[in-house]
Amino acid sequence: MNQDAWVINQPQAMHFAVNRATLVDPQILELERRRIFDRCWIYVGHESEVREPGDFRTRTICGRPVILCRDSRNAVRVYLNTCRHRGSLVCREAEGNARHFTCFYHGWTYDRDGALYAVPGQSAYPPNFDRAQFALKEPPRVASYRGFVFLNFDAGAMALDDYLAGAKEYIDLIVDQSPSGEMEVIPGAQEYDIRANWKLLAENSFDDYHLPATHATWLDYLKNSGVEMKRPEKGHLLPAHGVGKVLGNGHAVIDNINFRGRPVARWIPIYGEAAKPEIERIRAELVTRLGEARAARVADTNRNLLVFPNLMLNDGSSVTIRAFHPVTVDRMQVRACALGPKEETPVARAVRLDSFLTFYGPGGFATPDDIEALESVQAGMASYREIPWSVMTRGMAKDGEQLNTDERHLREFWIQWDKLMRAQ
Amino acid sequence: MPPVTRQQVEDFLYAEAALLDAWKLDEWLTLLSDDAVYRVPSNDRPLSDPKDTLFTIADDIHRIRARITRLNDKAAHAEFPRSRTRRMISNVRILAQNELTVIVEANFIVHRFRRNESIYPFVGQYRYTLRITGDGFRIASREAIIDAIELGSLASVSFIL
Repeated sequence: MNQDAWVINQPQAMHFAVNRATLVDPQILELERRRIFDRCWIYVGHESEVREPGDFRTRTICGRPVILCRDSRNAVRVYLNTCRHRGSLVCREAEGNARHFTCFYHGWTYDRDGALYAVPGQSAYPPNFDRAQFALKEPPRVASYRGFVFLNFDAGAMALDDYLAGAKEYIDLIVDQSPSGEMEVIPGAQEYDIRANWKLLAENSFDDYHLPATHATWLDYLKNSGVEMKRPEKGHLLPAHGVGKVLGNGHAVIDNINFRGRPVARWIPIYGEAAKPEIERIRAELVTRLGEARAARVADTNRNLLVFPNLMLNDGSSVTIRAFHPVTVDRMQVRACALGPKEETPVARAVRLDSFLTFYGPGGFATPDDIEALESVQAGMASYREIPWSVMTRGMAKDGEQLNTDERHLREFWIQWDKLMRAQ
Repeated sequence: MPPVTRQQVEDFLYAEAALLDAWKLDEWLTLLSDDAVYRVPSNDRPLSDPKDTLFTIADDIHRIRARITRLNDKAAHAEFPRSRTRRMISNVRILAQNELTVIVEANFIVHRFRRNESIYPFVGQYRYTLRITGDGFRIASREAIIDAIELGSLASVSFIL
């Protein structure tokens, strides 16, 4: 075995292993920042978070502070949040509406289109000083797909549309839940750190193999709440059939027959009898708009989609946008929020938010145990010199369909990661 | 009936804190009314309604009981081994009261200890609606509003805050 390899992928030998150094070596993280985060399309936010001209959100993306902003011509823009003078943040609020962004340090002021329009004491600058040269800088590439805004720090990167490849089908399945084709981010963000390498959350977020062991108490909760839980069929670990699929460019998905309920639109007893007619009405609207087959596709399956490298769209007991960034090699920052159809009624919105919290988030019945699992893995990584390899071969002996509890889709993440890390 | 005093409320809150620090969760449940709610809002929307805003925790009494069932199970991995907690409650104020209920605010620091290296200080404000019964107070509503801008290194609220 090549001890210098990061990923060993030998389909013939049915062998796949990940070098644990990739989770503990700070030099590998530095290389990831350059070769992955500075070359891939990275999720910034959703268009619904900046509705009106001047609306803004600040966040840190790929280590850079950025401003997501709606400009005066109603276009969504992303600015690097740093003054072109001597570098201070020009916006220090998390969100709001601004006519302009003023750097408080020396007072340089930019409009919502990024143009520098006021410099105190400009006459002291030499004649060659040109305000037009000092607009707020934008990342080389910014693009959206159906409301999801991405940036790319590589000017030569392929178009977002090409990059998303097969992931678009699964984003479409989310957006199809809205009668108008418009989804919106619901207020309230869950921002928390996990003391673990960022790649562990990419794995965990669509690894159904861990569900019965890690989330036994959540499965018990569903059962105790009257949710029908069939005995797993032969060869299965979960009550319903589900598959893992690869979608190109490192994207992958688990695509499962739903047993856990969906606000759009599969009622379970946890939602309460009072909400039943509303969930049925949503279902009927889906059928009318999309036809029986497509409506069933939207409503009766749940899907966790990895948009490589660090965006998970969990379209399950709610729709979660979960993006995560490394801080250090053993720590990541997670930002999660809920997405719902823009025209959702108050009843359906309340069901969606309640349903979100049964599983997801730092106070949910499942996510805290995931956090514990990831931190536990990271602690175990301390022995990486003695045990250099983690095994990831589930499903490798099988031709054809791979289950959600197999690891083909997890391997895809690592195959793409390895490919990009080796590209100069 | 004479008005409820701050000292009566403090005694109740201290007794509740002692139960939670001792992980006597089933006993803690007996302090709640049958329609109780327990909420922790998202850090960026501290004053919101869980019907239209994503919270960290928004439990009705059924979910609270399910939460305790879960926490009493060793398979609640985030709390096994259990955190140690120590609650400091101060600045207790009665904001309003009538024959039936008392509205209370208090500040809290809940220190949470995990493994041997981490101390997580949860700092914030409690908002209680206490119901007055012949058998003392019952908690009708209990909201813990965390001051931190984001949960950040606090990571998760896997115990009863």
